Amino acid sequence: MLEIRNLYASVDGNEILKGINLKVNKGEVHAIMGPNGSGKSTLAKVLAGHPSYEVTRGEVLFEGKNLLELSPDVRAREGVFMAFQYPIEVPGVSNAQFLRLAYNEKQKHLGQEELDPLEFKDLLKEKAKIVEMEASFMTRSVNEGFSGGEKKRNEILQMAVLDPKLSVLDETDSGLDIDALRIVAEGVNKLHDPNKAVILVTHYQRLLNYITPDFVHVLSAGRIVKEGGKELALELEEKGYDWLKNGSVAAGAK
Amino acid sequence: MSTAEILTNREYKYGWVTDIESETIPRGLSEDTVRLISQKKSEPEWMLEFRLKAYRNWLNMQEPRHWPNIAFPEVNYQDIIYYSAPKQRAAKVSLDEVDPELLRTFDKLGIPLSEQKQLAGVAVDAVFDSVSVATTYKEKLKKHGVIFCSFSEAVREYAEIVRKYLGSVVPTNDNFYAALNSAVFSDGSFCFIPKGVRCPMELSTYFRINNSESGQFERTLIVAEEGSHVSYLEGCTAPKFDKNQLHAAVVELVALDDAEIKYSTVQNWYAGDEQGVGGIYNFVTKRGKCAGRNSKISWTQVETGSAITWKYPSCILQGDNSVGEFYSVALTNHAQQADTGTKMIHLGKNTRSTIISKGISAGHANNSYRGLVKIMPKAENARNYTQCDSMLIGSDAGANTFPYIEVMNNSSQVEHEASTSRISEEQLFYLMQRGISQEDAVSLIINGFCKDVFLQLPMEFAVEATRLLGLKLEGAIG
Repeated sequence: MLEIRNLYASVDGNEILKGINLKVNKGEVHAIMGPNGSGKSTLAKVLAGHPSYEVTRGEVLFEGKNLLELSPDVRAREGVFMAFQYPIEVPGVSNAQFLRLAYNEKQKHLGQEELDPLEFKDLLKEKAKIVEMEASFMTRSVNEGFSGGEKKRNEILQMAVLDPKLSVLDETDSGLDIDALRIVAEGVNKLHDPNKAVILVTHYQRLLNYITPDFVHVLSAGRIVKEGGKELALELEEKGYDWLKNGSVAAGAK
Repeated sequence: MSTAEILTNREYKYGWVTDIESETIPRGLSEDTVRLISQKKSEPEWMLEFRLKAYRNWLNMQEPRHWPNIAFPEVNYQDIIYYSAPKQRAAKVSLDEVDPELLRTFDKLGIPLSEQKQLAGVAVDAVFDSVSVATTYKEKLKKHGVIFCSFSEAVREYAEIVRKYLGSVVPTNDNFYAALNSAVFSDGSFCFIPKGVRCPMELSTYFRINNSESGQFERTLIVAEEGSHVSYLEGCTAPKFDKNQLHAAVVELVALDDAEIKYSTVQNWYAGDEQGVGGIYNFVTKRGKCAGRNSKISWTQVETGSAITWKYPSCILQGDNSVGEFYSVALTNHAQQADTGTKMIHLGKNTRSTIISKGISAGHANNSYRGLVKIMPKAENARNYTQCDSMLIGSDAGANTFPYIEVMNNSSQVEHEASTSRISEEQLFYLMQRGISQEDAVSLIINGFCKDVFLQLPMEFAVEATRLLGLKLEGAIG
């Protein structure tokens, strides 16, 4: 589904990603771990098309298409979703209004039926159950006055509505208490199926107790320095990241 | 082509000119011009006196150039044509007699006037350059006792009422542009809602400037008698010319005991091009008097057009317990300038006022809120709440807030809140990451920002305003 080849990216002239290689197949869950400043979030943002990040080398193929050529909104309609570490507030725009617009843009792009406000309300009601959100959230302004946990649940609700093929969750576990973490993780699990893929960007192993990754990749200084199965996450939890920093580049990253 | 380029290439869709034969008077302004206009309209002596008094006042007045935050080249008042009317066979009695070219013009503007196509639920007075060409639903309104007609007709048919109220809210010497208007106004709308009547439909006036050489000086007077209620809408467009046209209107509202007037404007005059060439100078005086107890006047304005907007719809809260409201969205893009706001003058006891102002500035535009809240000595327990929010798009736009607060009664309560924000790259990226195009994302953010004001607009106007803001901001980001 996704193939990243020798990806280099910089922000404000600083090179952050220095040759990332990663392949994600349908049905897989990948965890990208690493210390602060290793380039995890940059990778997520580059995949989503954040305008501040410049790709200087390499390529990214999504379903065979050159992802880097597409604008962020088109990537989204093609099925790439990113859950933000810090979801943005949009005052005066209701959650329902925002989500319906986003949903219909995708439907239009795929040549499928758009929904009127009433039909969409029904869809939203169903999807809200996945993240245990109350109806009152739908009429409130997007993320405005939401607690940290509510914002993250709102991200997963958006994921549920937009039904992406590839979901990139950027530090979705940060700032969550244990109950919110459970709700968010269960939401992600419910939404996963063999035709979809998930990339979890996380600093801590905690989230991986709830969402089991098929692969774990450790990023350090813009490169993948170690790869393994879910047990690698536990090892990192125990030993920290320091032992990897000076370590050799993993076999997977040529 | 980048998004920005695609967007900037879109056109102001009302920028065309109607090819119609007009009767114009020679350019320039003198006492003779004033007399000529009055004569053309076969006005009674008192009306001419009113005009002449205003003209003499005007001669001694100065343009308000030093205090507003706007700049523009000298206006040659002798180079303007003060009266321009489409030629007509005779005074029209019914719509069938209106020049088909004019009907087509308003059709094209989305304001069908012919009986079969009239907008349901909205009575329209259509003003073309200096004159009113048609008023719809007049007969139906008459059955309810509501008078809705052109100002000229009102002077002829309802002289008593006009004479009683004309100039009672905006005196002829109020300011430079109001004095000019009082001297040369050519037409406009008149509404009278009798005691206890709730006007059965929305009343509206659509102003169209067509002549590149003429100014538009119209006059609106709305009188709501005891316990009556009316909602009035105003829309405006103009062709694209590379010269500036002057629009100096005066609107007076009078609300007696327990009456309510809601006045909404969606102003979409031609704004000039990106370099600031052409466009309307919108120098307008709008004021309402809550003359009676428990009366209410509410102004809602969406100002998107004009090269320059100089406008302060105000309320004089004279009756005890009367309420004044001002809800405003002012959008400036490219080289547009706006200095707009309100005045709330509290005279009576327990009077209340609310001011919600949203200024959006993009390109090189300059957008100022200027507002006065004045609590007079006898206004016991008066209250005001003011909220002024500015949004900047890009790094070259300017926004200012100039609040004036004068309180002469200790029992009053005045609150003022202000904020300035920017559309951030992060906000746009967030919305785009959900599949929303950049254009739509900007519209969504702006409409969210303006929501408190849009909620005040009648349904159709709210839809129109939302669409308009989207169009006006095209090319602002990118």
